[in-house]
Amino acid sequence: MELEKKMLKILEHDAKISPKTMATMLDEEEAHIREVLAHLEKERYILGYNAVVNWDRFGENGVEAMIEVKVTPAREVGFNGVAERISRFPEVRSVYLMSGTYDLSVVVTADTMKEIALFVSHKLSTLDEVQSTVTHFILKRYKQDNFIFESPQEDRRLVVSP
Amino acid sequence: MSNMDKYVSKTVQAIPPSGIRKFFDLVSQMEGVISLGVGEPDFVTPWHIREACFYSLEHGYTMYTSNQGLIELREEIALYMRRHIGVNYSPENQILVTVGVSEAVDLALRAIIEPGDEVLVPEPSYVSYSPGASLAYGIPVAVETFAEDEYRIRPDMLEKAITPKSKVLILAYPNNPTGGIMRKEDLEPLVEIIIKNDLIVISDEIYSELTYNGEHASIASLPGMKERTIVFNGFSKAFAMTGWRIGYACGHPDLIGAMTKIHQYTIMCAPIMAQKAALEALRHGETEMRKMVENYNYRRKIMVSGFREIGMQCFEPQGAFYAFPSIVCTGMNSEEFSEKLIMEEKVAVVPGNAFGAMGNGHVRCCYAASVADIEQALDRIGSFLSRHRKG
Repeated sequence: MELEKKMLKILEHDAKISPKTMATMLDEEEAHIREVLAHLEKERYILGYNAVVNWDRFGENGVEAMIEVKVTPAREVGFNGVAERISRFPEVRSVYLMSGTYDLSVVVTADTMKEIALFVSHKLSTLDEVQSTVTHFILKRYKQDNFIFESPQEDRRLVVSP
Repeated sequence: MSNMDKYVSKTVQAIPPSGIRKFFDLVSQMEGVISLGVGEPDFVTPWHIREACFYSLEHGYTMYTSNQGLIELREEIALYMRRHIGVNYSPENQILVTVGVSEAVDLALRAIIEPGDEVLVPEPSYVSYSPGASLAYGIPVAVETFAEDEYRIRPDMLEKAITPKSKVLILAYPNNPTGGIMRKEDLEPLVEIIIKNDLIVISDEIYSELTYNGEHASIASLPGMKERTIVFNGFSKAFAMTGWRIGYACGHPDLIGAMTKIHQYTIMCAPIMAQKAALEALRHGETEMRKMVENYNYRRKIMVSGFREIGMQCFEPQGAFYAFPSIVCTGMNSEEFSEKLIMEEKVAVVPGNAFGAMGNGHVRCCYAASVADIEQALDRIGSFLSRHRKG
């Protein structure tokens, strides 16, 4: 368990660390690390790996919005039924159940604002459980998943020092 | 320009130029170098510490502090030393805040040494101690330490170096450049020798938080040693605060008092912004510090196992962030190896003899670099070795 936790922490920070390197870091055999990794993936402790991309650098102008959704929880499934239903739309990136004045926070990405507007008016608002929505468009991203977008962290140290 | 050398004091003239400086000049002109030659963390100071400094500046903390340092900082240092090394120091008269440990060591040497007194300096060790002793008109005397002992001080080697003129023993563990440490059981046999010969110990423990297997042991915590030990620590390594130049010394009120006398006339006080930041580091910085230490430990293992894989002898360093592999398999001396390596493979390391003659045959490699850089550097050193290995 301790080993699994350590591996997950390392991967959460840098998913590109090779099993061989991780074996050295944790004083384990590489084969064992591979086994545990396979187990973590199979049991969905690790859901997947993706890169944090700065699309602005590529000149792509996709649109992202955070939508506050108020819903009526349903008997037996509570919020889960509707949350899972919303999660299945491919344009939905993340869905969170929130405390406070609204219930679900839904992050949506699309190529244009119009597509998001259509998603909200046609797909989201029309769900029976959805009472209301408030859409916030994201204007600029400063930091995402530990990465700061501007000011790359360059090494400013002297190359040789005592 | 006329030659002004004759005006430079003989003491200063006699001090050899830094072996690192020469190497720095060579490396700094090159592009695409992977440097394992640095002597500082690759982390930037944690944000909450930098932010605390902004706050203090915004609120106008731009004045002198008391000579010994802010009392609230000394109080935090006292608490920290109690939990870190298990020794109690009074914030009133047993703690002095200095401009890095470098200043503190200089103060201590000047406060203690009479002209001609001998200062026992383990070798290899950090570059400042011997010149510091000379500038205080003392005579540095090497205590040899060896790779096969994992660079611990052996009682017999210490005794061999002691003469009636010996007054000070410098301990610097975890050690720069070797990464060696002195465990409690390694320090204990030295205590009797130290007391018998009436030595004062200057214990530079700047890397003490970076101890990887087990706890750091301070000689000041051993029976009979608190009085005759001045312990030095600071924020540069553990809290990634090298550029802030902030450290401290803890010891007997008479010795700290003597050091404070010099400090008040030469430095006045450590900069208040750095003191405010240091206060934040001690109050709220330990969680982040532990994370950094864990991270160094991972990279330590990657580097050491990497050296062994490419067939370089390297004892397992237990502290600091340096490995000190042997290069004897190439038949080159340390400087030759380091220069060729930088020219042929663009990897910078520091020749071991920059840390005293005992360091020859080795190079210092710092693993406070990214995993990708360490792995790339190991590859390049591997191909360098395959061309230059003898026998």
